Amino acid sequence: MITVNGTSHEYDKEISLKELLIKLKLATSLCAIEVNSELVSHTIRDEFTLQDGDTVEIVSLVGGG
Amino acid sequence: MKTLTTNVIPPLQLQEITLTSRLVVGTGKYPDYETMQQALEESGCSAVTVAVRRERLVDDQGRSILDFIDCDKYTILPNTAGCFTAEDAVRVARLGRDLLEQLHNAGSSWVKLEVLGDKTTLLPDPVGTLDACKELVADGFSVMCYSSDDPIMATRIRDAGATCVMPAGSPIGTGRGIANPCAIQLCIELLKNPEHGGDPDYPVIVDAGVGTPSDVTVAMELGADGVLLNTGIAHATDPVQMARAMRLACDAGYYGFRSGRIPRKLHATASSPWNGSIAGE
Repeated sequence: MITVNGTSHEYDKEISLKELLIKLKLATSLCAIEVNSELVSHTIRDEFTLQDGDTVEIVSLVGGG
Repeated sequence: MKTLTTNVIPPLQLQEITLTSRLVVGTGKYPDYETMQQALEESGCSAVTVAVRRERLVDDQGRSILDFIDCDKYTILPNTAGCFTAEDAVRVARLGRDLLEQLHNAGSSWVKLEVLGDKTTLLPDPVGTLDACKELVADGFSVMCYSSDDPIMATRIRDAGATCVMPAGSPIGTGRGIANPCAIQLCIELLKNPEHGGDPDYPVIVDAGVGTPSDVTVAMELGADGVLLNTGIAHATDPVQMARAMRLACDAGYYGFRSGRIPRKLHATASSPWNGSIAGE
């Protein structure tokens, strides 16, 4: 089980961050990602494999002051 | 007397970033993206702040805020708004940097640092702010650091390596303007006056609490290098017109500060000559 932005997701095999973004329809969106509270640079997303129990945060830019 | 012979206000240099306008404008709380876009244009700003959030990757029409911000025109400054610990602020700053690197935007190594103390006042937590500032500077960030208007705290933040200090005019979103002009003046004095260990080129940007154009003017007349505001424009009845007013007010304050105001006096002094008056003879 992987928790993404507070919601649990079940995947039947290990997936990379790139694959996760495709499944979430965010592959072309500007986003930054943390896994277990550590930034995973956009430069290494393709090869970063998620583990069961990982907590993922996917963020983007919104209006702010 | 040094006279300003040009009507072009020189840009504010923040390390490698050149701010052609001394207003930095936030992108939050506008009625819609189109209004935000027009207001930013009318404000004349060249740098805008944004927040980093996990919700609302797109709006209900599938649009992103970045569809309405020209990344070639504006320097985008990610903030750490909503963080109440240094640890969270550092995490958010790093996420913001990763986002801006993907945009190849000049703001990618910058962060507008906020570490807040509580949700009611949104006043900065000085200890958390200082801790986060040190860690981010060590990590290579250029830190624009939101602070209270405490002059000593302002110097501590500068000493921690912040690129500029941004004392609050009044609490975020209150529209109360420059609540304590003397405190802001002292922040500027300690940070800029060489007699107090300051550097005249050290940037001080008043951040938060601005409600009216005259608030911007007051901040600039006190000697601030710039003003950062959001709600004062975004929540105005006419944000676009208010953005224009803020721009003009900023220019007025800039010139006013450099023109040497008259001293305040208890007694009146007539503007017209007494000599030659036929009254009361």
